[in-house]
Amino acid sequence: MSAHSPIDQIEQPDGFAFDAESEEQIAAILAKYPPERKASGTLPLLYVVQKQMGRQTGSAWVPRVAMDEVARRLEVAPIRVYEVATFYLMFNTKPIGRYHLQVCTTTSCWLRGSDEVVAACKKATGISGFGQSSADGLFTLTEVECLGGCANAPILQVDDDFYEDLDGPRTIELIEALRRGERPVPGPTIDRLNSAPEGGRRTLADSPAKQG
Amino acid sequence: MVKVTVDGIVVDVPNGSSALQACEAAGKEIPRFCFHERLSVAGNCRMCLVQVVRAPKPVASCGFPVGEGMEILTDTEIVRKARRAVMEFLLINHPLDCPICDQGGECDLQDQAFGYGADHSRYHEAKRAVTDKYLGPLVKTVMTRCIQCTRCIRFATEIAGVPELGAVSRGENMEVTNYVEKALTSELSGNLIDICPVGALTSKPYAFTARPWELKRTDSIDVSDAVGTNISLHVRGTAVLRSVPRVNDAVNEEWLADKGRFSVDGLKHRRLDRPWVRVHGKLHPVSWQDAFVAIGRRLEGVAGERIGAIAGDLCDAESMLALKDLMTALGSPNIDCRQDGAEYDLSHRAYYTFGTTIAGIEEADALLVVGSIPRQEAPVLNARIRKRFLSAGRGGFPVGLVGAPTADPTYKADVLGEGPEVLAALRDGTHPFAEVLKTAKKPMIIVGHGALTRSDARAILAAAWALAAETGAVGAGWNGFNVLHRAASRVAGLDLGLVPGKGGRSAAGMMSGGVEVLWLLGADEFHTAQIGPETFVIYQGHHGDAAAARADVILPGASYAEKSGTYVNTEGRVQRSFQAVMPPGDAREDWRILRAFSEVVGHTLPYDTMEALRERLATVNPVFRVIGGLDEVDVSALPGPVGVGAVSPVPFRPVFDDYYQTDPICRASPTMGECSRIYVHPRTVAAE
Repeated sequence: MSAHSPIDQIEQPDGFAFDAESEEQIAAILAKYPPERKASGTLPLLYVVQKQMGRQTGSAWVPRVAMDEVARRLEVAPIRVYEVATFYLMFNTKPIGRYHLQVCTTTSCWLRGSDEVVAACKKATGISGFGQSSADGLFTLTEVECLGGCANAPILQVDDDFYEDLDGPRTIELIEALRRGERPVPGPTIDRLNSAPEGGRRTLADSPAKQG
Repeated sequence: MVKVTVDGIVVDVPNGSSALQACEAAGKEIPRFCFHERLSVAGNCRMCLVQVVRAPKPVASCGFPVGEGMEILTDTEIVRKARRAVMEFLLINHPLDCPICDQGGECDLQDQAFGYGADHSRYHEAKRAVTDKYLGPLVKTVMTRCIQCTRCIRFATEIAGVPELGAVSRGENMEVTNYVEKALTSELSGNLIDICPVGALTSKPYAFTARPWELKRTDSIDVSDAVGTNISLHVRGTAVLRSVPRVNDAVNEEWLADKGRFSVDGLKHRRLDRPWVRVHGKLHPVSWQDAFVAIGRRLEGVAGERIGAIAGDLCDAESMLALKDLMTALGSPNIDCRQDGAEYDLSHRAYYTFGTTIAGIEEADALLVVGSIPRQEAPVLNARIRKRFLSAGRGGFPVGLVGAPTADPTYKADVLGEGPEVLAALRDGTHPFAEVLKTAKKPMIIVGHGALTRSDARAILAAAWALAAETGAVGAGWNGFNVLHRAASRVAGLDLGLVPGKGGRSAAGMMSGGVEVLWLLGADEFHTAQIGPETFVIYQGHHGDAAAARADVILPGASYAEKSGTYVNTEGRVQRSFQAVMPPGDAREDWRILRAFSEVVGHTLPYDTMEALRERLATVNPVFRVIGGLDEVDVSALPGPVGVGAVSPVPFRPVFDDYYQTDPICRASPTMGECSRIYVHPRTVAAE
């Protein structure tokens, strides 16, 4: 199974042009590199594309025409952009739902119950397996490797936001909220601050910091 | 130099050499897949592992730089075990389809698996399968066989200069692909077949045709352009099945243009295999004797100056000399090897050859191309220009083009103008590129046939030489003046003086009734309608092309594969090919036809054997004594070609519009026809 389907089987938009917001970002990105090394801007520009597609169409993905546009901007061969875009799994080379549910199932999350999170995602969205989208087009479920938030396992990343310390019911709650168009505050879904202990601080309770 | 010990053998290798090169210098063969001498080092196949004493683990020798006193071991148990492990991994996803694989018998993986492969597989899981890619009509893909050495990607990007191949996705899912379904747009794409170490990229026209051990190999010279690419013709029985390049660093390195590689199937089609004579407007098959008698009868009473001969683009030097000797014997000064009407100054060989030499391009530091599209006219030579462009680094090899290219030249080039008036601006310094040429230490100028086939050719040639002289392109120790030919026979023709003698007519002058009897030796590249209706045309050649259709007598000759011949490439390098197969039917070697005919008309040519004819070649022009080499010519004292007339500011035109249809062989080739349809005249073709 190929992670990236043959490009010609995916329905592509007719064209792609950066909008004003993207142009502003591109100018800032390209300013970081010497002109003859602007190929370095491939990754950030692909992000710009994906964001813009999310803004404009509700599906944050990178169509081929947009890769061609990035290649044209950076004066590299289009295949060099295809290589990058298909290598990094953060770029979606086919359309996705409005909300990209990325469940981490690597060891820490798995030990802390990511299976329940996956099951909850499937139940709440009606998606039957990873890589698929819900019938209403709102959600796409993806299995990802370690997101680097092991202390808050298990994690569900929705687009760019981490929702942490999940279990089955809270996952369903989160998805229902998304469905209503709300964006719950990212971070732990239990009573803790970032990676601090649940229910408040347990050590250094008498430290000066607390008094101050 | 660095002293390195390889398995106890002490060798001196240049600084910066890789361990692999040191091992080769010591005569040790290192297995490899991804490493290729002419490509950048990727180091991803790991097959070339060797042991370096005091290194903690085996190292990939292709990318490992040598150090002073380094000790390398290539044949220890550790090395063998490491290579066996690498091989086991490579074979995990490689299909066991050698019996139906075209690479079988000449496959690097197959060969090296003999040395390092296990007798059975320990892998029981599912193998991966990869969908095949469409790369055009020449290269067939079976991507499941790919071991991801990335040679093809590097070849396309670095040598061919068409970055259309890449590796998409990652890990288990990585695939070598062009991502979009599109034919490779390179005139060198056939080299991907040679460069692929497995059967992932094979020849589409040659698919399932033969096994390498069935083939007889004959050294030959590619005649599809004037580069003189060294090739090997692979023959089974009476058929030339394929043409592959031979290594010659002075000429083609190890590349071959697609036309030379894939037009061989044209040798089986539309062949002239018996003599024909036109009687009452219809061609009738006849015997050689009758054909000769028919010509002899027609020549009776015709004055010498009413007879003319034109030699075509694919002719060998021997047959051209025989033709010239025959015309001289018949009293005719009308002979020409320039059917395209090109003009040269023949007073010195430097005025019509590629003086820098192909290998010399790598020393140049600026290039001006006048009226030529090297990518189409000489793809292999163009690869050398690109090689120089890359090795010179950013801005180190400025290229100026006079005359717009029809396709990306594959290197950064500025179009300075459309017509020859730019030369004047370059000479008086008003054009900014003049400064580039002046500051360059070894500038070179290429004059092509887009310039030399015009009416102001002589003026352009003189202006180009003058510019070269003024910018230091022609001086002691450096010859930067180049004429890029496109016809394989041209330089030999000029060396042998196949140009009109005193009072003689040129090719154009022989048209429209300029002569009464016209002998065409494989000359097809002009409109036959120009020949006067009363002119008696003898066509001697191997393909039933346009000129044969117009002929009154057809004499079936031999193609380059069917005769031993001498060819002179655009550099002036004399090279010899050997006979790979017999000519079809009654067809004969061309010089023998001319020799036999000369007897019929009572002017027997003074040679009965090839050796005698070659001796005569060397007598006519001593350059034919040196085979394969090139004499250094001092051009610093030359006055330059004589200019005739003034240049006219008409834009240069490409020499031909269709790279794939330039001579009778490729017009008869189904493969070349297909290429022409796909690349040159694309309609709304759905890819396979």
